[in-house]
Amino acid sequence: MSINASGWRPEAPQQGTSAAPTFTGNKALMLEEALIFEIGDTTTTGVEVAAPAKVESLLGALARQKPIGLPGLSEPETVRHYTRLSRQNYAIDLGLFPLGSCTMKHNPRLNEKMARLPGFADVHPLQPVDTVQGALEVINELAVWLIKLTGMYGVAMTPKAGAHGELCGILCIKAALEKRGEGHRKVVLVPESAHGTNPATAAFAGFKVEDIPATSEGRVDLEALKARLGPDVAAVMITNPNTCGLFERDMKAISDAVHEAGGYVYCDGANFNAIVGRVRPGDLGIDAMHINLHKTFSTPHGGGGPGSGPVVLSEALAPFGPLPFTARQADGHILLIEEETAGEDHPDSFGRMTAFNGQMGMFTRALTYILSHGADGLRQVAEDAVLNANYVLRSLDSTLVAPFGPSGPCMHEALFSDDNLADGFSTIDVAKGLIDEGYHPMTMYFPLVVHGAMLIEPTETESKAALDQFIGALRSVAERAKAGDATLKSAPHFAPRSRLDETLAARKPVLVWKDPQLAEAAE
Amino acid sequence: MRYLPLTDADRSAMLSVIGAASIDDLFVDVPEVARLDGPIHDLPMHASELSVERHMTALARKNIAAGDGPFFLGCGAYRHHVPASVDHLIQRGEFLTAYTPYQPEIAQGTLQMLFEFQTQVARLLGTDVANASMYDGSTACWEAIGMARRVTKRAKAILSSGLHPHYVSVAKTMAKFTGDALETTTPTLAAEGDIADLIAAIDGDTSCVVVQYPDILGRIADLSELAAACQAKKALLIAVVTEPVALGAIVSPGEMGADIVVGEGQSIGVGLQFGGPYVGLFGCKEKYVRQMPGRLCGETQDADGRRGFVLTLSTREQHIRREKATSNICTNSGLCALAFSIHMTLLGEAGLRALAETNHAGAVAAAERLAQVPGVELVTPTFFNEFTLKLNQEARPIVRALADRNILAGVSLGRLYPGVDDLANGLVVAVTETTTAEDVETLAAALQEVLA
Repeated sequence: MSINASGWRPEAPQQGTSAAPTFTGNKALMLEEALIFEIGDTTTTGVEVAAPAKVESLLGALARQKPIGLPGLSEPETVRHYTRLSRQNYAIDLGLFPLGSCTMKHNPRLNEKMARLPGFADVHPLQPVDTVQGALEVINELAVWLIKLTGMYGVAMTPKAGAHGELCGILCIKAALEKRGEGHRKVVLVPESAHGTNPATAAFAGFKVEDIPATSEGRVDLEALKARLGPDVAAVMITNPNTCGLFERDMKAISDAVHEAGGYVYCDGANFNAIVGRVRPGDLGIDAMHINLHKTFSTPHGGGGPGSGPVVLSEALAPFGPLPFTARQADGHILLIEEETAGEDHPDSFGRMTAFNGQMGMFTRALTYILSHGADGLRQVAEDAVLNANYVLRSLDSTLVAPFGPSGPCMHEALFSDDNLADGFSTIDVAKGLIDEGYHPMTMYFPLVVHGAMLIEPTETESKAALDQFIGALRSVAERAKAGDATLKSAPHFAPRSRLDETLAARKPVLVWKDPQLAEAAE
Repeated sequence: MRYLPLTDADRSAMLSVIGAASIDDLFVDVPEVARLDGPIHDLPMHASELSVERHMTALARKNIAAGDGPFFLGCGAYRHHVPASVDHLIQRGEFLTAYTPYQPEIAQGTLQMLFEFQTQVARLLGTDVANASMYDGSTACWEAIGMARRVTKRAKAILSSGLHPHYVSVAKTMAKFTGDALETTTPTLAAEGDIADLIAAIDGDTSCVVVQYPDILGRIADLSELAAACQAKKALLIAVVTEPVALGAIVSPGEMGADIVVGEGQSIGVGLQFGGPYVGLFGCKEKYVRQMPGRLCGETQDADGRRGFVLTLSTREQHIRREKATSNICTNSGLCALAFSIHMTLLGEAGLRALAETNHAGAVAAAERLAQVPGVELVTPTFFNEFTLKLNQEARPIVRALADRNILAGVSLGRLYPGVDDLANGLVVAVTETTTAEDVETLAAALQEVLA
């Protein structure tokens, strides 16, 4: 069966339209690319498979008879298809990627090389543990680094991403409360400025989520928080540095108050990059904090994962952490503690969160990154990240409104609002204008506590020259938005696509490709 | 430090623009008690690329890699040959170092790839739709159980004894916190699974039945009757596929009527990597799409009428819905989904079917050969590329002894089900296109010696 018998790329040609005035729809190096379902067919393959052994099938009646409908391409066509697609993406490798709260720093290629060593990449999770001692050592060595960098007591390595780590921390808290016989504590306090995953996680674990009030300076209102604490409060979830890019000055006092009231302190560690090597969360009274290895420790974001979210834990919560985990014995041999021995070694564990041992491929990358920087380099990371963000803040605070600018320095990200743009202009117009300038936009409309928020996180891997050019570009776009330049409303003009209709996508969802001929015949 | 471009001259110039005397001034908000005055003690300082490489390589050499000798492990992670172009393409910086495609005008590469991935996955699983991927198979399985609760408004899930025990563990962990009731049992070393028992157990409180296909022992069973039984009681059938290559050779769960099909996609394009990162597959019937967890990519048009793709139906997701979201999941497994999609495109239907046929035939030949070893009995009469042997003694020490001969012989059921005496002699053996006839011969000969 051929999926598209003509072999023609039906979506590519756009002759005569103003958007694409060429026969092919291409514009020199800006290349259109059809879907694999339009250019491939079910008889083509790009691989050669050894002929099967001659045996009787044991599949019986379940042997597949009907076609599946999976198109194939030859290897040259495959390489070209994905290379062409790749060129429609913005990426850190192309330029500054100031997405606030996402820590889009350079991804060193040594990390990639190390993760691909066969001793790490080609090892099965269920091999006998004495055949994987090197892999367990990587996990253990990284765990020790994370514990020392955060000043915490223990670490759960298996969570698969930041939100999974949040869940791990909250489940530890829930298990600890139940052990204490205080399962009646049902309220988790979360600031309005928190990442959406925080309330989603707390709600998943069966907690009731309540807002923590903020001060006009963008920080947690300590007195209001204290007033709300009580016997029904299980925990507070705080991001520090917070999503306004500010350090929570009262963090230690907050922790003390929460502990005194019998609750636990969860810290969203998404912004750990700002303080690594300068501040240890353990010194601030934190009980649990996830660390996004794909942010602070430079494992690649990959267009949306895979992430990795180890959770550092206080002495109070560590006994409740998930299985499996590693334990180094006196002779250097490393054990993998699973359900089998958990009864003796880790009886209070809340259980397993994922099938195997966590994101090993991310552990090797993160450890490589950490060893490259060392204790001194990581401290420099935080300092340069904070310096770069403050440089952006002070270079632009006369152009845009920086709501918390007057209260002092920011941490790793600079926050602006859309308050001084012309009527009818908002953050999205600035963002789309930045695309035409060759940048990925900043985080838009987050945090929710600032009108039309623009959250800019340059990271430490940008040079001063790169920052100066970005500042110039943003200033220029912002001035146009303040002057009411109508061309911004239809930006981007030079990207592979102009603004996309998200309402249409949601109203009539088309989530898989359907053969237009078959679809027509069906109607 | 080689990854930090600022010079000391830059730093002082920037501090003067900021109006700060020193870096310390930028950290004034940190309470004094928590300020560190220098690098943290007893941690090493920065190191050159060469010395880091030496350290990591030494650690890697302490492991026996699957490619170092005969290798027969499966049970949820499988060793397949991944074409060289897959790893090359996923390392294109535009894929590797891109973020989640929140700005679709400059992320069409990732978005179109996800749309293609969703379509490939839906067709493979036999479902109407599929999402843009989950963390892995085990978390996808749990998310499916949660979704069934939302759809049916019931909270009792029946888990087949053939479901991977780690997947059962994950579900048990989560159920403790959500209040779902789970019915679970351990498998037996029998030719048949528990389809008949599952059908008998479904009642008016059942939200879903979860069945693995092929199951943990490698057995394959027709799910049609089970699907009909679920439908009759308005429960959902969730099928779990841990070896998607199998679907090149056997009927898909969706075609047999499963409502939700989840899977571990690692087999296609993604290496073993000691357990992660992997890629969870998640497909379902179209009518349930708004209860689905995870990211979805959809087709739309741009302002000039050109086809384009965006993330869509995000009103289900945490960044919009916050505490009312369908799931707390934020990230997907984008780069692994890309690897899956590229490998699947290279295979195409013809390649996938050929690969599946070679896997099955190799496994059949291996099962026949190993069953000839005295003290070895084949438990599973039907299987795809993985089968269970019953040894005349506990399998776990045998696996250990064979590892000393550089043979990774399979997964002992004693490892997966510690303390379950009836399973202690079970050994699950996987055979893929990477297994040679000599590998099988080496295992057979060694097994004969250690069992004697």
